[in-house]
Amino acid sequence: MTPEINKRLSQIELNVQYLLDIKEGAEWGNLGDLMEKVRRLKEEIYDRPEGSIEADLAAMEETVSFLEDRAEKSLTPDEIVRIVRNPQRITLQNILENVYDSYTELGGMEDCNIDPSMVVAKATISRRVKGHVYVHQVMVIGHEKGHGEEYRNGGCTRPWGNEKALRYMEVAETEGIPIHFYVFTPGAFPIEDYPGAAQQIARNLYALAKLRVPIVSLISEGGSGGAEAVGMSDIRLMLSHGYYSVISPEGAAAIEGKIKEGEKVPKDLLTFCAEQLSITAQDNLPLKTIDRIVQEPVLGARRDDFAFLRQLRYEMIRATDEVVLKTKSFRTFRAYAIKQEKAAERNYEFDIYIRWELTEGEEERLLRLRSLKYRKMGQGFYNESVTWPDKVFKKTEDAVLKSYYGLRYGLIRHHHKQVKKVIEEVSGEGTVFLRKISSPLISAYDFIANSAAKKQLRIMAASSTTSGAEEVTEEWGDTYVSPLANEDRTVSCPNARQYGCLDLWVPDLYGEFCGVCQNCGHHFPLEYQWYLQNLFDRGSIHEFNGHIGSINAIGYQGFENKIRRDVIKTGRTSAMITSHARVEGISLIVAMLFNDFRNGTVGAAEGDKFVRACEKARIMRRPFLAYVHATGGIRIQEGTVGVVQMPKCTMAVREYIDSGGLYIVVYDNNSYAGPVASFLGCSPYQFAIRSSKIGFAGPRVIRETTGEDIPPDYHSAQKALARGHVQGIWDRREFRYNLYKCLLTMGGSNLYYR
Amino acid sequence: MSEIDLDRLIIHYREDPYEDFVVETPNTGWVRFTADDGMKVEGPRGTWQHIPGTLLYVLERERNRIPIHAHINGTISELQVDLNGQFVEANTYLMSIRHPMTKDEVINKILKQVLITFNAPERAKYFFPPEITYKLEKKKHGTVLVRPGEEILIMSLMKRDTPLIYNGEPGIIHTVYFQPNITVNQGEPLLGICPPGKLNYIRKIVQKIQNEWA
Repeated sequence: MTPEINKRLSQIELNVQYLLDIKEGAEWGNLGDLMEKVRRLKEEIYDRPEGSIEADLAAMEETVSFLEDRAEKSLTPDEIVRIVRNPQRITLQNILENVYDSYTELGGMEDCNIDPSMVVAKATISRRVKGHVYVHQVMVIGHEKGHGEEYRNGGCTRPWGNEKALRYMEVAETEGIPIHFYVFTPGAFPIEDYPGAAQQIARNLYALAKLRVPIVSLISEGGSGGAEAVGMSDIRLMLSHGYYSVISPEGAAAIEGKIKEGEKVPKDLLTFCAEQLSITAQDNLPLKTIDRIVQEPVLGARRDDFAFLRQLRYEMIRATDEVVLKTKSFRTFRAYAIKQEKAAERNYEFDIYIRWELTEGEEERLLRLRSLKYRKMGQGFYNESVTWPDKVFKKTEDAVLKSYYGLRYGLIRHHHKQVKKVIEEVSGEGTVFLRKISSPLISAYDFIANSAAKKQLRIMAASSTTSGAEEVTEEWGDTYVSPLANEDRTVSCPNARQYGCLDLWVPDLYGEFCGVCQNCGHHFPLEYQWYLQNLFDRGSIHEFNGHIGSINAIGYQGFENKIRRDVIKTGRTSAMITSHARVEGISLIVAMLFNDFRNGTVGAAEGDKFVRACEKARIMRRPFLAYVHATGGIRIQEGTVGVVQMPKCTMAVREYIDSGGLYIVVYDNNSYAGPVASFLGCSPYQFAIRSSKIGFAGPRVIRETTGEDIPPDYHSAQKALARGHVQGIWDRREFRYNLYKCLLTMGGSNLYYR
Repeated sequence: MSEIDLDRLIIHYREDPYEDFVVETPNTGWVRFTADDGMKVEGPRGTWQHIPGTLLYVLERERNRIPIHAHINGTISELQVDLNGQFVEANTYLMSIRHPMTKDEVINKILKQVLITFNAPERAKYFFPPEITYKLEKKKHGTVLVRPGEEILIMSLMKRDTPLIYNGEPGIIHTVYFQPNITVNQGEPLLGICPPGKLNYIRKIVQKIQNEWA
């Protein structure tokens, strides 16, 4: 028996097993019988004549090929999920070995690693042009699911793994080499240990927003926040048999079907959710959350698909070329050539060579294009009911505001600052010069008149006047009373057993006590209107962009009704309120996520409102406050349109901060998942209201993912403070004072821009 | 404590290996029982005891329904059925939970009565001084003698180490209740010290309970 026959038989067995895994059963295409035949042939292989085996093998190969084609034509989203998670699927290791010429892993190797699920490697990739070989250096960063090794943690990166990725992104920036990201993760490992899952993803996104090197990403398995940590890029490629999703279909099904912890999700519900979430490459392309699909072989690329890996090498070089060329001022013919290239016909060879190093001007252009790319994401997936006169008015208003504030805080203030600086310098010099001349005379005068003591007294008096002026006037005017107070009953504090708190009478609790237990200080949740009324100066709130509302962005079945219900309940069309406001006379822009509308989840409408608020704060040179009454994360019913709000909003925050703004985040009640792992977590100044909970994933998700239970106070504000995720915990009753103090301290003389 | 006392103690625990925990109302209110007499109840569970035990009754005052759960496992006895649906005062006796004591609980109870306990003066970490550590390592368990005036422990608090002097009766370190590097709350027992004459007898008692207790 030739080894060739054995090899062919093993291959058939592998392919049938692969089909069985994808179809999750032996009924489809009589796969069970086929597998039985393969096993029987394996047993009889040494007893039968070679000719008859050859005939059986050929027949089997034909059947398998037919079945594969048939399965490919009718692939469902949940089957794609199974392809992606199959052990035969290509991994980053295969890509490093076959797409790149050579590579050296950084930050550890295999299990001796900071985090083996995140692989970083400095690699070289080459192309042959007109007989000449050109070698490029790149930084390859991606998730490694492993070849069955448990230490890879299934590609679920721990916070320090993402931190490692960030460190080497910065190395790539220093060296001026492009970055190739490979996303092979079902999601980030949801633990809060320092640096914290959410906070680290936010930091990665914040850095990526302005990383001055070309970035190309390839998505095979894009599980929400974990994918975004190394997914923000100039070109986002996606494998044709990959999935990119806001949540795993299992997670979505558990929420949708209100499945209890530990219970199995029904298969039908799982299939339904996988279909509704728009997770496939074909779903994502029209949503513009990806730029291009990389076609894989039938039923997806497997580890030994060397032809595909060759194609992938071509795609990665071509994508990097495209990013680089877009930054060049002289590029027309080369850009056209790349666009027109028929890759397969050319056998994945290149006609042109493009140098990947960028000049300073090109880097600026690269960042501008990246910013524009993300600004456009999710646009059109919300309702913006404006008439054309409104549009004209808004555009004129923006232009006027831009000119006015540009003149006031840009030109005049800048010159004023310059003049002030010069005067200070000259005055300082003059003082020293005059002192030299006058000091003998002053000494003589002091000796005679003993005026030194009087002078000292004068200084002390002056300083005490200054400190008195800085005190905050606690004027609350007519207090707003929460409707929760209109109930004649008592409630118990959750800490009653621990601290012996007495029962609280509801009208007192939600009235005079501002929802705070008088004994232990536990904060009971209050409605968002309470903050609008009590936090800001009376009459100072002017909402803008209220006309932007949430819609059923990806056609999720039954979601319109849910939105309609919340619109009726709240009288609002999205979970975000953006407004102008004042605190003790300080003008600021506020973006508020509130609980009553879809649990404060973020979708396209909320994301765009947030970005517009950032832009307004930038134009008007105002401090920007993000107050999170509550957020349940990214809205799962908006699929990846929701997920891309993470990089989009972080980009807006980065641009606002870079241009000189002051960004403050205050968390209240429950703040979880995507928003914390992006535009909230990236703030340098984050605070929490007492009794609030902050984190990446809730206890149930942590238990199901890590298999370990967490203490009840795992997400508490105190723990977040201890981990360094927030900079302070504020009492609700002192929120206004603390915010004012914070604006003065963090802003200081740069309150209205640096 | 004489040998007869100890025997009596053991007989007492053997005859009635239960500890009764009284359940009383924490405040006034209307009582609605959810547990029955003779019902087995569970105490809090989970790594952090964060999963509440079996619901015993609901106490409602001013439309505030307070669920009261069992704080220990056992069997409900003496349930005051006549109080069901009634308005009661604070500290009204409602039921008892008959908790079956484990072997360790019995041993600990006996030891705490027999041994001289040395309690933590402050919330801190505690270590043995090198001499005692050396003796404990070298000598057999239960042979290290401490006398009044001797340095018995080191209290480590905020990076300051304070020696603690033993002032009680001379005795042998029988039980160590703390672990190095783990903070002990104020008042919790650190050591159980046994007068040298009673050591063998205590060992015998512990052994007896270990072997015979079901």
